[in-house]
Amino acid sequence: MSEGEKPKLAIYWAASCGGCEISILALNEKILDVAGAFDIVFCPCIMDTKARDIERMEDNAIDVCLFNGAIRTGEQEYMARLLRQKSKTLVAFGSCAQEGCIPGLANLTNREEIFRTCYLENASTDNPKRTLPQTEAAVNGFHLSLPVFYDTVQTLGQTVKVDYSLPGCPPEAPRIWDALVAIMGGKLPPPSSVIGAETTVCDECPRKRGEKKIKEFKRVWEVIPDDETCLLEQGIVCCGPATRTGCGARCLQVNSPCIGCYGPNEGVEDFGARLMTALASVIDETEPEKIEQVIRDGIPDPVGTFYRFCLPHSLLRRTARVPDEARHELPRPGATGVKE
Amino acid sequence: MERERFEPKIIGFFCNWCSYRAADGAGTARIKHSPNVRVVRLMCSGRVDPTFVLKALSLGADGVLIAGCHPGECHYIEQNYKTVRRYEMLKQTLRQFGISERRVRLVWASAAEATQLAAAIDEIVEDVRTLGPLNWQSNLAEPNHLDEVERILHEHAEAMEVAR
Repeated sequence: MSEGEKPKLAIYWAASCGGCEISILALNEKILDVAGAFDIVFCPCIMDTKARDIERMEDNAIDVCLFNGAIRTGEQEYMARLLRQKSKTLVAFGSCAQEGCIPGLANLTNREEIFRTCYLENASTDNPKRTLPQTEAAVNGFHLSLPVFYDTVQTLGQTVKVDYSLPGCPPEAPRIWDALVAIMGGKLPPPSSVIGAETTVCDECPRKRGEKKIKEFKRVWEVIPDDETCLLEQGIVCCGPATRTGCGARCLQVNSPCIGCYGPNEGVEDFGARLMTALASVIDETEPEKIEQVIRDGIPDPVGTFYRFCLPHSLLRRTARVPDEARHELPRPGATGVKE
Repeated sequence: MERERFEPKIIGFFCNWCSYRAADGAGTARIKHSPNVRVVRLMCSGRVDPTFVLKALSLGADGVLIAGCHPGECHYIEQNYKTVRRYEMLKQTLRQFGISERRVRLVWASAAEATQLAAAIDEIVEDVRTLGPLNWQSNLAEPNHLDEVERILHEHAEAMEVAR
């Protein structure tokens, strides 16, 4: 960057919903300061910019790239690698890029199942020829292609090296502003760190906390909680104990439990495991059968509850391609396993 | 194809006060059991964070054996009740991941129960041997993804030629 020139900013989206861009717009009038401080060179959401504009740039020509979205197709991986090559600082922006988020729940299944549901079995699908997306096709003598759809959703950090992560689904506008100010002022935390708070949502939650002992978990639609006591004490699954704060415990202020959109708190390796630890300890039963009952009745979808925003970022990352149950039904060579 | 017996890798998390002593006792008394369990000694089975189990499974273990003092006999009064609760929650979560509860077991063994602990070790080893290797990392493979990136690179390069 030569003197007098503004730092170059790129904003890109991969497997995401567009909410992260909306959150950038929620900076309101400060967006003008961003436009004043940066030269926005690439942002398909708001500008007519193409991949070739990036491809023509020198390596490291972009100063900061805010990359939102998970990696679900070959094209997204290509763009992640391209932007990594062209950017000095690559920020995993928002939950999808950082930990997979809602698109990452596709890791509960696989490409084949997703295609079957979306293109064949959905009640609203009309597809008499049973056409499925192909990566290559010839139409009127032209060769057309579509990117490969991966079996497993990955985070940005699992695909390329990421310099910083900005958590949140989406990141709250004031936190985006803080991060941009830090980047502009060169006051960044150590490389590879998460730009955000280092404490949990519980620490910002205004509710009263006492000793937690519960006989059953309740779903949110089953009960109108009192608005002063800790929701977990009222039997409602709340992700506050494992979740990084940054939101100001907003959901809790409107009588709604934390669902974990700000991702794992500092030092938490596996969000779901931390939540299991916290939730299991409050169950007021000692008999395994009763405990199992409490969990089965109250948490019918454990992975969806514990890993709603972070399945690709968890230790296991996805479900088994061949579950043990199915594997066990396969004919086995005698009682012993066979190793090739 | 060379056929040999599959030897499961099992990670054991044993509590210091009862089950680790039972394992020591099994050694002193020369009780024979399968050598497949790699034991990690913890102060209490209540220290077993589900993270430990998930990490073991994701990094290549075929099973996990958690052992603690009998309920009501915990050195830390009631921490092993927390172990039971976490174990039940973990078990139901693992089921959804496609991992059988037979791979992750919780057993109680007092310091005097060397024979019982040795039997529990043999049992999980034989059971996991029947289930076969877990080989979790193989679930994450995305074959040929780099070819795909290369293909897009070439397509874009061609498009740029046209654009020029």
